[in-house]
Amino acid sequence: MAEQGKIRQLTRRGILLDFLGSMNLAITILVIIAVASVIGTVLQQNQPYNNYIIKFGPFWHEFFKTLNLYDIYSASWFLVLLLFLVISTSVCIYRNVPVMLKDMRNYRLNAQLKTLRTMENSQDWQLSSDVQATENKIKQFLQVNRYQLREKQHADRKVITGMRGKWNRLGYMFAHVGIIVLCIGGFMDGTFDIALREWTGKSVVDINTELVKDMPEESQLKPGELFSFRGNISIPEGLKANFVLLQVREGRLVQYLPFAVELKDFRVEHYESGQPKSFESDLVIHDDQLDKPLEKTISVNYPLIYRGYHIYQASFGDGGSKLKFKVWPFNDYQLRTLDIDGVVQEERIIDTAKGQLTLEFVDFKKFNVFPAPKDDPQKRKFMNFGSSVVFKVRDSSGAAREYINFMSPVLQNERYVFITGMRTSVAEDYRYLHIPSDDNVSIDRFMKFHALLNNTPYVQKVAVETVNTILKDAPGGDQFRDNIIRVMMDLLDQFNYGGYQAIERYIRDAQVDNEQKRKMAEAYSKVLDTLMKSLYVEVLRQEGVDVEKGINRAQEQFYFDALDALRQLHLYGTPFYLQLTDFTHRESSGLSIAKLPGKNIFYLGCLMVIIGIFLLFYVTHQRVWLVMYTGENGASHLLFAGSGNRNQSDFRQHFQELSEKVDAILKA
Amino acid sequence: MSVPDNVIQDELKPASFFKSLSIVDWVFAVLLLAGSVFAYQKYAYLMDGYEVGILFGTALSLVALGWWWKQTRVLMFAIAAISLLAILLYEPAIANLNKDGLFGRDAVAALSSLDDKTHSKFLFKYFLSSTSAIMWMSALFVIATFAYFFATFIRNEFAGKVASGLTWSATTMGFVGLMVRWRESYLIGADIGHIPVSNLYEVFILFAVVTALIYLHYEGKYKTKTMGGFVLLIISASIAFLLWYHFEKGAHEISPLVPALKSYWMKIHVPANFIGYGAFALAAMLGVAYLIRSKIEKSNPSSQAIQMLPSLNMLDDVMHKSIALGFAFFTIATVLGAMWAAEAWGGYWSWDPKETWALIVWLNYAAWLHMRLTKGWRGAPLAWWAVIGLFITTFAFLGVNMFLSGLHSYGEL
Ligand code: HEM
Repeated sequence: MAEQGKIRQLTRRGILLDFLGSMNLAITILVIIAVASVIGTVLQQNQPYNNYIIKFGPFWHEFFKTLNLYDIYSASWFLVLLLFLVISTSVCIYRNVPVMLKDMRNYRLNAQLKTLRTMENSQDWQLSSDVQATENKIKQFLQVNRYQLREKQHADRKVITGMRGKWNRLGYMFAHVGIIVLCIGGFMDGTFDIALREWTGKSVVDINTELVKDMPEESQLKPGELFSFRGNISIPEGLKANFVLLQVREGRLVQYLPFAVELKDFRVEHYESGQPKSFESDLVIHDDQLDKPLEKTISVNYPLIYRGYHIYQASFGDGGSKLKFKVWPFNDYQLRTLDIDGVVQEERIIDTAKGQLTLEFVDFKKFNVFPAPKDDPQKRKFMNFGSSVVFKVRDSSGAAREYINFMSPVLQNERYVFITGMRTSVAEDYRYLHIPSDDNVSIDRFMKFHALLNNTPYVQKVAVETVNTILKDAPGGDQFRDNIIRVMMDLLDQFNYGGYQAIERYIRDAQVDNEQKRKMAEAYSKVLDTLMKSLYVEVLRQEGVDVEKGINRAQEQFYFDALDALRQLHLYGTPFYLQLTDFTHRESSGLSIAKLPGKNIFYLGCLMVIIGIFLLFYVTHQRVWLVMYTGENGASHLLFAGSGNRNQSDFRQHFQELSEKVDAILKA
Repeated sequence: MSVPDNVIQDELKPASFFKSLSIVDWVFAVLLLAGSVFAYQKYAYLMDGYEVGILFGTALSLVALGWWWKQTRVLMFAIAAISLLAILLYEPAIANLNKDGLFGRDAVAALSSLDDKTHSKFLFKYFLSSTSAIMWMSALFVIATFAYFFATFIRNEFAGKVASGLTWSATTMGFVGLMVRWRESYLIGADIGHIPVSNLYEVFILFAVVTALIYLHYEGKYKTKTMGGFVLLIISASIAFLLWYHFEKGAHEISPLVPALKSYWMKIHVPANFIGYGAFALAAMLGVAYLIRSKIEKSNPSSQAIQMLPSLNMLDDVMHKSIALGFAFFTIATVLGAMWAAEAWGGYWSWDPKETWALIVWLNYAAWLHMRLTKGWRGAPLAWWAVIGLFITTFAFLGVNMFLSGLHSYGEL
């Protein structure tokens, strides 16, 4: 009974090993891993969940989330697959290596004549002369061809065998053990201990907290608490940090470091095209273990390794530049401007006629280099649009628009314009408003002009004056003139409220036929134009231009450009224009800090795999046999045979050469 | 009759490798090493320690290559001679243009642009500038493709030689194009100069010449031209892409490097990768030839066409060798890539799409090799698989840059 049980156990174990070490299983796993990897590249990993919900809908989102498809490479099922690959390879090694080691030492001295004769590479000679004399020569010949020889005298035959290239077998070991080693190294540096901590409830990924100092206890990790990690931190110039943030799915953990990193200075150099050419950070490491702080400059491709922590230059951004603005109100005809300060990545509230609005300063850029238009008069390839600020304006309902304002006017079509862009979501492109600049290249005239258009009492006055001058002798008398004035005021109102579209709508809704609508449109645009021109002349006069002498080309052009801008202003969405007047630039450096204790193990595995592969491919385990025997007719015979475990056609050729030489020796 | 042992030994020994080298081999080696010492002296101030290592490592590898495969000595000599000529002529030509107020990029464009009518010097415009050299390469490869098919069709040995000659010349011009482009990038601006393996346009040239070289090696070894047409087909396809990319997208413009690419790693990672890609592509094309031939053999065994196609055994054999070569170098390239990533991004493996696809390609060919070796698969299934492998490889090489985002996104179309 006991015996039987043992056998069954053995076989059961054998079956299991057979299964685990089988090529079919290995190939299947390889294919599944490959397919899973494909999914991981096609489905963008680690995005905010909202993106996925929008893309797939709630049902599939839930399904994909359950399968962990959003973070496939840390999914437990993926790790199990890798584990199976490792197990399968280990079993394979366990079963093959003893055989191979034996094979490396086994010279196959007992090979049967029958077998050798049927081998693909074999040749037989009937010998006339003395066997012994030639035997030595052939042996020497094989030896200089790097064959190691053994011999054995059997009853009926003498067998000499040669072997070379047995290192090929070690290649198998190197390659496959290497795979396991590199998997172990990679696993050590993976996210398994975060997963473990989450599973046991020791750590909880934080999703909502903005500031690190407010993060809950269970989202914080003490120095050394994680075996390995890779995190990011952005440090503004002049500040220091002693932690990194680890992105885990859609949340974060904070890992403290046993030292603090200070960013003393950050520098970025640009190519002519505005692309960053290089960027580097002057870091200072503050550590109690150090006598004095360690200073070191890092740049892309040149990290700092300190106490096993790798500190990399990853990115850069704004570290809280200080900005000064002038707020130009759009709905205050007295044009009372306001000076405010702002800091990038901070926000402030301003009161407007439309209620309280929150300004969120998103980003500041000192340069903006763009490709120049093909017909650039100065033949430049690139032009610098100067500094820009990106900010959001959020109303009390939480809806926000994003704006980008360039500080200085930019030369476009031979005149300087202030460029400001607006979008209602980050997924859109900006729509740009070009505000013309005046004779002093400033924005003042446009703002004054706009304010004047909103100054109803004043407009009324100008309208009356204009109508009275142009239509002094018109038939219809005062009644007619009053009518025109009323229409003028009405039209301007419409225009201020909704640009030409509003006027068009106004005409479209009129209860008249199309012919009359056309006439109306013509008349209206003339009337409006007349009024606006009069107002514009007023603006110029206030500026001190002697308008009686006529206005120059630039001033005329300004009017049309201003009209273009005004026409779209109602789409701009904020009741003010924020003019950037001054800034103090402050940069921040994005660092990646990692602790990768498995790195060298991983590299060792890689090296083993490479060595193994070359041994497997370019060394062939080759054997030859020389058998001296007496044939049926009593004559002495020599059988020469060979085999190689790789590249049969190459071996065939090699054997051909060998046997030709053997033939020559025999005939000598 | 007794002969002293040492005499036998001398007679029977496979000739010692070093003794088998001719005077030409030694002259070649000395010239090559002298060239690299010269380059070192002239440019040492631009190189870090690793790059010096790469310089001399490359020189030694090229010596080894030239000794082992003799024809490449001629190839290297031709590349060096033509490239040096171009570089030497560039200097005064640029100086002349500087007098006209053209500098940097404009000056180089005036000499090298195919459509610049004002300044072009005949020799540059039609031969020596990198763009023209690359055009020559393109034309020669396409002609060679036809020549190979023609030669096997009329079964004319001389025509076959012409086809080989064309391929060698195309390869030469391709390398010349890369060499000159390297120099041009520095003429445009010292801060812009870099080895021309940094974007899709450049690596397509690399792909073409590397694939051609691997092919030429097998052609010499197996003494047959029948495989040429098939392999050159894929090279011609890459040329078609290259030309489209040049004329539609202006991709031939030399652009500066993003900071992450400014590393000595690029100099070894990319070429190793392209030996892999080239070898896989070659194997796939032989797979196609295999499938065609085995189909004809089945349907019409007495067909004339069979004589024009390479034998099945040989195709199977070369396909295997090529995949093995590709696998070995692709492994090295991937490991180098991981090491580079560890220095530039902060981790040797980030499951970035390009990395992941490299892994997929690698697993695919690992499976291929296992099926052949341990399951004894041969012939048609493996040929099909090699062809599918090319699609996977192509996606890793091109598709990832086109469709997926990731850290490798500088190679965008
Ligand atoms: C990613 C994982 C693996 C890689 C990269 C790999 C690599 C290789 C390579 C390059 C060869 C040489 C093939 C040739 O010469 O054509 C080889 C041979 C072999 N592999 Fe793997 N292998 C892997 C996994 C496995 C697994 C899981 C098994 C076991 C089921 C296995 C079993 C074998 C066997 C039996 C050989 C033949 C060795 C010989 O006869 O010399 N391999 N492997």
